[in-house]
Amino acid sequence: MTTAVRKTQDAAREATVAKLGQIPTGDRIRGLAFKLLVLTSAILGVAGLLALIIQSGVVGAERLNLDLFTQGPSSLAEEGGFLAGILGTLFVIGGVLVTAVPLGIGAAIYLEEFAKKENWFNRLIELNIQNLAAVPSIVFGILGLGLIVRGPIGLGGVAFAGSLTLALLVLPTVILASREALRAVPTSIREGAMALGATRWQAVRHQVLPSAVPGMATGSILALSRAIGETAPLLLVGAAVFVTANPDNPFEGAYTVLPVQIYNYVARPQEEFQVLAAAGIIVLLIVLIVMNSGAIWLRNRFATRW
Amino acid sequence: MSPPTNSVSSAEPPRIGLERRKPRYGEKVIIGLLAVCAAVSVAVTVGIVFSLVGPTVSFFSEVPLTEFFSFAEWSPLFADGEFGVFEIVAGTLNVTLWAVVVGLPLGLGSAIYLSEYASPRVRRILKPTLEVLAGVPTVAFGFFALTFITPILSDIWPGFLGDGPSIFSAGAAGIAIGLFILPIVASISDDAMTSVPNSLREGAYALGATRLKVATRVVVPAALSGIVASFVLAISRAVGETMVVLIAAGNSPNLTLNPAESIQAMTAFIATTATGDIGVGTLEYETIFAVGALLFVMTMIMNVFAIRLVRKYREVYE
Repeated sequence: MTTAVRKTQDAAREATVAKLGQIPTGDRIRGLAFKLLVLTSAILGVAGLLALIIQSGVVGAERLNLDLFTQGPSSLAEEGGFLAGILGTLFVIGGVLVTAVPLGIGAAIYLEEFAKKENWFNRLIELNIQNLAAVPSIVFGILGLGLIVRGPIGLGGVAFAGSLTLALLVLPTVILASREALRAVPTSIREGAMALGATRWQAVRHQVLPSAVPGMATGSILALSRAIGETAPLLLVGAAVFVTANPDNPFEGAYTVLPVQIYNYVARPQEEFQVLAAAGIIVLLIVLIVMNSGAIWLRNRFATRW
Repeated sequence: MSPPTNSVSSAEPPRIGLERRKPRYGEKVIIGLLAVCAAVSVAVTVGIVFSLVGPTVSFFSEVPLTEFFSFAEWSPLFADGEFGVFEIVAGTLNVTLWAVVVGLPLGLGSAIYLSEYASPRVRRILKPTLEVLAGVPTVAFGFFALTFITPILSDIWPGFLGDGPSIFSAGAAGIAIGLFILPIVASISDDAMTSVPNSLREGAYALGATRLKVATRVVVPAALSGIVASFVLAISRAVGETMVVLIAAGNSPNLTLNPAESIQAMTAFIATTATGDIGVGTLEYETIFAVGALLFVMTMIMNVFAIRLVRKYREVYE
């Protein structure tokens, strides 16, 4: 709500109160108590989440140096680093980028611009996408284990199997965000283009898509950042909890990713490993916060207002 | 196009066709490809069901349904193990309960504050902050539960409730998951409440309602479908959450709702078992799929229920 609207409301209420007499004390107290209640819950929520970030910062500060990025995994906490995890994450996320993003945007364009809304197949797709968004991530891990790692596709526990699993996981996010972006482009733009003789595809390609790009980019970045932080499904598709060597390429050899490495360190009882884990969390948080803020900035900066 | 002409000598003036001149096969191919993209998302669901069904069926050919859905012990990895799944379902419900107790009221409170009380400036800062915080990975919440919430809980635990939580407890994991679902509830509920038209608020004010009455008797009921949807989504996230329970809730199946005890959640069982050394086709391997199928069905039912509810109670304004 805008300030102006709220000011008008307040002024109107003041005027009414002045005319009709005071608000009863009971109402005043109840109103104040409720305001304090909702304010407290907002503060508690933000404070709890900030405590998480600060706690990781305080615990991990002493290990936050360049060794973190150059050292491989080690059973000695003083020598351990996240190089293998960072390389693995780059491989896995690269795979997600080249599969989920084009697939998701393609699906969104089809559903929003070409599909007939009353077609049973398209309604099925739509219902599916809604449902997929609520499926627990570990179930996608089981899917990856059963179909991609060991089943019909049988890639084995390599980084690309992780990519495909995460791609399926974030696909609904990409589709929903891209549809949202396409829907924000007014129909008059399409009609205008088609009235000038453009085909439906030409109208989409040259008029609709360019203005929907910022929204689609935002959705895709958010999806990728979710994939970077995702741990559970990768545990099932072979992101080995402890690897001894850095991965060479996405299609062969054992791999691990940054969050799995953090989990591995958190799960150990020694305090030095907790410190190392906290340092890893800070690295992960910085990457994710930069990506998410970037996405939100992109949305606010380049979104076309019609 | 030929210029208009006055001559009537030519028999037929050339007509300009408004239909397409030549078929555009390239576009048909593109649209076909786009349709394939959309179909893949259906294939994913089919794939999930397909990958879950096979091993689950062969699991139940060895373990009777009556043993699976029973209060017997849950010890599938032992030779001669028992398969009473309610022990780990209880673990999941235990953690979810505490997550709900923390996350839903705080999330709804934050949403009411954001939409009805916060000044536009506070809102401009708070809303994106919550959205960014919603992206914190769950492994970080697990670390937080283990190193921050658990020690605090064991310090302040009142003695008359019995022994306080040790290293692993359902309560610490539940509180961390509550924090994790809070931004989801706050963000979606806030969207629902801000889309309630101002005329409703103004009408209530004109009748002499206080801001409290407007918020609780007008805006919240009008936005109920969105609020319920956010609750259901948050609960299914809590049920499916893996890393926090894996790190902070322990790995001992335990039929209890006591937040101080160590439990095993369904997701934690799946993750622990799958990272162990198990062969394809063994009963242990199939157990993962059976538990996964149960988890899938649980969240699916909640989601279908939510979509129904939202459709039924959705208020459409202008």
